[in-house]
Amino acid sequence: MPASEGSPDSSSSSRKSSKKPKYSRFSQQELPAYKPILTPQWVITVFVFIGIVFIPVGLASLSAANQVEEISERYDDKCGPQTNNTCERKITVKKKMKNPIYVYYQLDKFYQNHRRYVKSRNDLQLRQTSRGREQAGCDPISNTANPIVPCGLIAWSLFNDTYKFSVKDKDINVDKKDIAWKSDKDYKFGSQVYPKNFQKGEGGIGGGKLNESLPLSEQEDLIVWMRTAALPTFRKLYGKITVDLEVNDVVTVKIQNNYNTYKYGGQKLLVLSTTSWMGGKNHFLGRAYLTLGAISLFIAGCFIVLYIIKPRPLGDPAYLSWNRYPGGGI
Amino acid sequence: MDGSNSVGPNAVNSSSLRSGSSIRSSNSIREVNFVDLGSRARSRGGADSDGFGMSQREINDDDARLVYINDPIRTNEKFEFAGNSIRTAKYSVLTFLPRNLFEQFHRVAYIYFLVIAILNQLPQLAVFGRTASLLPLTFVLLVSAVKDAYEDYRRHRSDKIENNKLASVLVNGQFQHKKSKDIRVGEIIKVFANETLPCDMVVLSTSDPTGVAYILTINLDGESNLKTRYAKQETLAKNLENDKISGLIKCEKPNRNIYGFQANMEIDGKRMSLGPSNIVLRGCMLKNTAWAVGVAVYAGRETKVMLNSSGAPSKRSRLETHMNKEIIFLSIFLGSLCTIISICAAVWLRRHRDELDFMPFYRRKDFSDGKNDNYKYYGWGMEIVFTFLMCIIVYQIMIPISLYISMELVRIGQAYFMIRDNQLYDESSNSRFQCRALNINEDLGQIKYVFSDKTGTLTENKMEFQCATIAGVDYSGSKASLQGEQSGYSVLVDGKVLKPKMNVKVDPELLRLLKNGKGTSESNSIHNFFLALAACNTIVPIVVASADADVKLIDYQGESPDEQALVYAAAAYGYMLIERTSGHIVIDIQGDRQRFNVLGMHEFDSDRKRMSVILGCPDRTMKVFVKGADTSMFNVLDRSLNLHTTETKAHLHAFSSMGLRTLVVGMRELNASEFEQWQSSYETASTAVMGRAALLRKVATNVENNLIILGASGIEDKLQLGVPEAIESLRTADIKVWVLTGDKQETAISIGYSCKLLTRRMTQIVINNRSKESCKKSLDDALTLLKKLSSVSGAAENAGRSSEDGLGTTGLIIDGTSLVYILDTELEDQLFQVASRCTVVLCCRVAPLQKAGIVALIKKRTSDMTLAIGDGANDVSMIQMADVGIGISGQEGRQAVMASDFAMGQFRFLVPLLLVHGHWNYQRMGYMILYNFYRNAVFVFVLFWYGLFTGFTLTTAINEWSSVLYSIIYSSLPTIIVGILDKDLSRMTLLKHPQLYGAGQRNESYNTKLFWVTMIDTLWQSMAIFFTALIPYWGTDVDIASMGDLWTLAVVILVNAHLAMDVYRWTWLAHASIWGSIIATWICVMVIDAVPILVGYWAFFHVAGTGLFWLCMLGSVVAGLLPRFVVKILIEYYRPSDIQIAREAEKFGTLREFESAEVEMNSVSDPARG
Repeated sequence: MPASEGSPDSSSSSRKSSKKPKYSRFSQQELPAYKPILTPQWVITVFVFIGIVFIPVGLASLSAANQVEEISERYDDKCGPQTNNTCERKITVKKKMKNPIYVYYQLDKFYQNHRRYVKSRNDLQLRQTSRGREQAGCDPISNTANPIVPCGLIAWSLFNDTYKFSVKDKDINVDKKDIAWKSDKDYKFGSQVYPKNFQKGEGGIGGGKLNESLPLSEQEDLIVWMRTAALPTFRKLYGKITVDLEVNDVVTVKIQNNYNTYKYGGQKLLVLSTTSWMGGKNHFLGRAYLTLGAISLFIAGCFIVLYIIKPRPLGDPAYLSWNRYPGGGI
Repeated sequence: MDGSNSVGPNAVNSSSLRSGSSIRSSNSIREVNFVDLGSRARSRGGADSDGFGMSQREINDDDARLVYINDPIRTNEKFEFAGNSIRTAKYSVLTFLPRNLFEQFHRVAYIYFLVIAILNQLPQLAVFGRTASLLPLTFVLLVSAVKDAYEDYRRHRSDKIENNKLASVLVNGQFQHKKSKDIRVGEIIKVFANETLPCDMVVLSTSDPTGVAYILTINLDGESNLKTRYAKQETLAKNLENDKISGLIKCEKPNRNIYGFQANMEIDGKRMSLGPSNIVLRGCMLKNTAWAVGVAVYAGRETKVMLNSSGAPSKRSRLETHMNKEIIFLSIFLGSLCTIISICAAVWLRRHRDELDFMPFYRRKDFSDGKNDNYKYYGWGMEIVFTFLMCIIVYQIMIPISLYISMELVRIGQAYFMIRDNQLYDESSNSRFQCRALNINEDLGQIKYVFSDKTGTLTENKMEFQCATIAGVDYSGSKASLQGEQSGYSVLVDGKVLKPKMNVKVDPELLRLLKNGKGTSESNSIHNFFLALAACNTIVPIVVASADADVKLIDYQGESPDEQALVYAAAAYGYMLIERTSGHIVIDIQGDRQRFNVLGMHEFDSDRKRMSVILGCPDRTMKVFVKGADTSMFNVLDRSLNLHTTETKAHLHAFSSMGLRTLVVGMRELNASEFEQWQSSYETASTAVMGRAALLRKVATNVENNLIILGASGIEDKLQLGVPEAIESLRTADIKVWVLTGDKQETAISIGYSCKLLTRRMTQIVINNRSKESCKKSLDDALTLLKKLSSVSGAAENAGRSSEDGLGTTGLIIDGTSLVYILDTELEDQLFQVASRCTVVLCCRVAPLQKAGIVALIKKRTSDMTLAIGDGANDVSMIQMADVGIGISGQEGRQAVMASDFAMGQFRFLVPLLLVHGHWNYQRMGYMILYNFYRNAVFVFVLFWYGLFTGFTLTTAINEWSSVLYSIIYSSLPTIIVGILDKDLSRMTLLKHPQLYGAGQRNESYNTKLFWVTMIDTLWQSMAIFFTALIPYWGTDVDIASMGDLWTLAVVILVNAHLAMDVYRWTWLAHASIWGSIIATWICVMVIDAVPILVGYWAFFHVAGTGLFWLCMLGSVVAGLLPRFVVKILIEYYRPSDIQIAREAEKFGTLREFESAEVEMNSVSDPARG
């Protein structure tokens, strides 16, 4: 500010004693700044922009969702209410499904995100042999005397239904390799850690058993299961079918119905689905985008009309309250 | 000295002040332009009126404190009078921890913090790690404790210095040095020149043979002129070191009234009464008196100055108080969320009670280690309770604790910018702005009332003689030159040059007339005029040495700065007052020393509004010189002899329009018979026992008659630079400025005019009464008048006339005596009614605590923010009482600054401080609070929605680390940066349009409505964020960690985008902090997901590879912000606030005046000052 330039000669002598704050644009709060104002042009541009971005994206994701072919078959009712039995289901393919076709099992009312459940695991013992005795956090499925690997409710409740597919009596191979994340196999589940004392407790048997000769890193079903689902209705990858299914193919599924969901009334579904860049068959997001885009364009239109029929000159001092109501200010 | 005509005890009591109120009509010329003639209802050796209408009465033994002079042992044996050590520190080493913790936990937030931390310690409820949950609280407590400890340490140190000062105390007939803290009541203490008095004491004798002591009371009442105190004749004679003095003083119990003191003293069997003029108070400084001896009557915390410095109450800003209310709402939200979750959990558990053992994800039974009991299941009822408590722990950030810390940081930042502001730097005193209180910055933006001290705050407290009109000739027109250029007027006395200490601008024409034109009637008038100025006063000339050994300076000391100015002026024109004793004065007239006998003096009183002196001149004539207010003087002139009355009146009007304080001077020659008549009645009156004051007044009225008007003088009470402009700005900003001063009514009013507080067209209501009944009546009258006026002005406005010129505005002038009857009684309400309808309120003759009482009057009855500004110790109580206290630094006396929240060098800085910094601070802080509420609530709501899909078990998708980092890294910096740096409007605009300040007064940035709107918006945004992601992911193989990452990032982007939408000024810092925070969040999420032992390992890298993730994120943020954006546009465009319009104008320059304002304001606020 001007004052600092006022007396350059005297300042040299009095600099030491003078407490005058040194001038800088920062300390005087005069940093250069962009001051946005929502002018009609800006407002309309923003909404039109949202509209023209969202509508194509919405259309694209809708078409992606439409390309996805998904067949889901509930079987717990037909195969139950007893467990440990086999049953057969026939599924008709309505549209051609190109490989890879993902095979999922879907559970509902299964709270994999329940607080008791998500905490009941020990990630240390899964990774390192040396931590094999760790049982911390695994209650109620833990045993300090005979340490359980993998311990905890999650592993204990491992899903263990199995499916066998055939089309026209010809077996279709389900590829169960690489259904788990590579990162989990490589770093989270140890290649030297083997199951121990698993499903042998007094607590009864909760779910699937594990092959004790395989290290955890190769127990892909377990790895998939232990990525606890975020929501109470969820599916998990069972395997991949690597052949195409043609229209009107009838897929016969032999289901080994082991997993007990009857006691709490949860459903079990088998899902066959192809995929797209969007993921599964999901129309919501596409519709949401279309709606948002349409709303934005509509708002843009409304504002154009508003600005035309009821304009307000920007920065007009006549609109200041003390100019509108003179005398009221004092 | 003028001792012969001393007024005895009881003389001046209830009669000296005019009673009844006078209400002046709006268009009358200013009636009162009367100048303080010195308020010395002084009476040597007698008790005088204490200014509060308390008549002298016998002090009841029960109410009295008995002080045995020079006998501290006996004095202190019966009652334990306080010792002289003082203590302003709050804590000692022992009490620090408990007291400080106790005080800190007064903040509800901290208690909340503590309870949450304790809850988390219970094993059943442990949600977060134990130490982690205690860490934030401990940190905050520690920082505050260290700060408090440091502040208290400084107080301890100053206490120690004060307590260990040495004082001379009479012990066994010898004066010995004693530490100040060891002084006891009853001891005799000797104080030397320029020493500060260690305690309140009654003066016994001084180095002056007449027993006068001069004291400087600046620390007490802020007045920088010397005051005189007297020792009693009876004690004066005693040689204290040899004579064994003994006696008894019976005085009042310690009280806060610094202008009052009542006591009796018994010495050698003689009883006499003591008054305020016999006591010197702690904190005063002895001046121009080699030494004074007195007996300690009040010590330590019982001294008047200590009683007046009431403890500093900690202040909390309006916004924070308001915010605490909203925090209660937030607590209710929190409670409701927890209740919903608990009830749902209860229903869920009940419905599934038979399945609990079989659900693979629940599994009630615990079979581990051979146990067969329930695992973490405590029964249905307990489960509900635990769910509720856990809920509180999980959703704790609903109450934004981090906000308190952010607020502290923001305030420090704001303080930095206020301190660094060049426009708040005072060059003349080389002082920067000081922020002493760090928690009320934002209050500066909401001030409605400013209570200002006058002396030293509005004015520089320097009276300057400006011009005169003599015999109808105005001597102010020609160029006045500073006589200093010609080395000033001086006389040679005993080989030494005597010069007045201060130089005064003189009018060369007048000087020429004085020197040359002898014998003309014109020069006669001039001669008499200056003679009157030099003689008709109570100024004491004191000769002081100067740097040059041959030059002595004459320092004119007196209680009235106006008289000082007049005497200096007379000296500059060659009428130098050299000596004053009780019987005569010596005046050097143009080098000719003349001795005048002072035959009598009629002191000023507010009925006559004039004073007079009867002089026996060297030529054996007797003359009476009178000076006084124009109104009173024009009533007593002799019409046949006054030819220039009209001109004089016109000149007077011109002077007072210039804001000068005017005084009219008159004289009359007494012939022998007149003189004799006067003398006999004067003597009768002065020796009368009953009604002396009334008699004396009658004598005065008789002699002050048939006067020749010599002329009039114009004195400028130099206002501080920029005061009228500042007051104008403040009033445009709709801030009511009240002036509270210890000065006399007339002085106060004339200052009111010169600083444009009062205008000529303003209706004045004056209340100065001496009884409760008359006060009541005046207030009633005032109220009716005000109602009438407001209806009239309302009509005038309707008729299209503007009220800008002050028509229909009123000013209330009220004095301290009336306030005694009004404050703390039922009349307070009426006073408030009257005062709040007036544009201007002037309170004169108010005591320090009354100042606080007036502030309290407003504080109690309105929710308006008050600000008090002052410079002296007399303003301390007011500064502490007001919501914001500002001390003027750079002057002498530090008490006001020490008690203040902010300190600065000049009154005019109030304008940039309030209008600019206050506005900014308020707007920033208000937005920040709302934003922080929103920011935390949106996060909690996202957690809550998720809780509904986890079987009501409070699992959080967002991982623990992100929860902790959310309010630390993810979203804290931008709000702090914006809170410190964002500016809705530029400084120039704010200064140019003070009305913009109204935004703060109307609580526009933060109010309950905004809070609720924000909360509804929060609800919508959280739902948008949560459900936009939930629905597409429903029934897919997504895992908790991926979902959590999506929500974390979406929320962080949302809240930062929300902030970005509201930022007014995009400096590089705003860009860096907002976009930086988002990037930092991104990095943090990636880092957390790169830890293999955490559940969510690598989740982000998987989920970020899918299109759904990105679409969800973009869609949810846009959907979340859309309603807010639309509403914002609509409001800004169709319901624009003043600020919005000013912003637009600033940006597009649609207002020419915005541009020109910059230049203009620069010159006003940044003037070149020597």
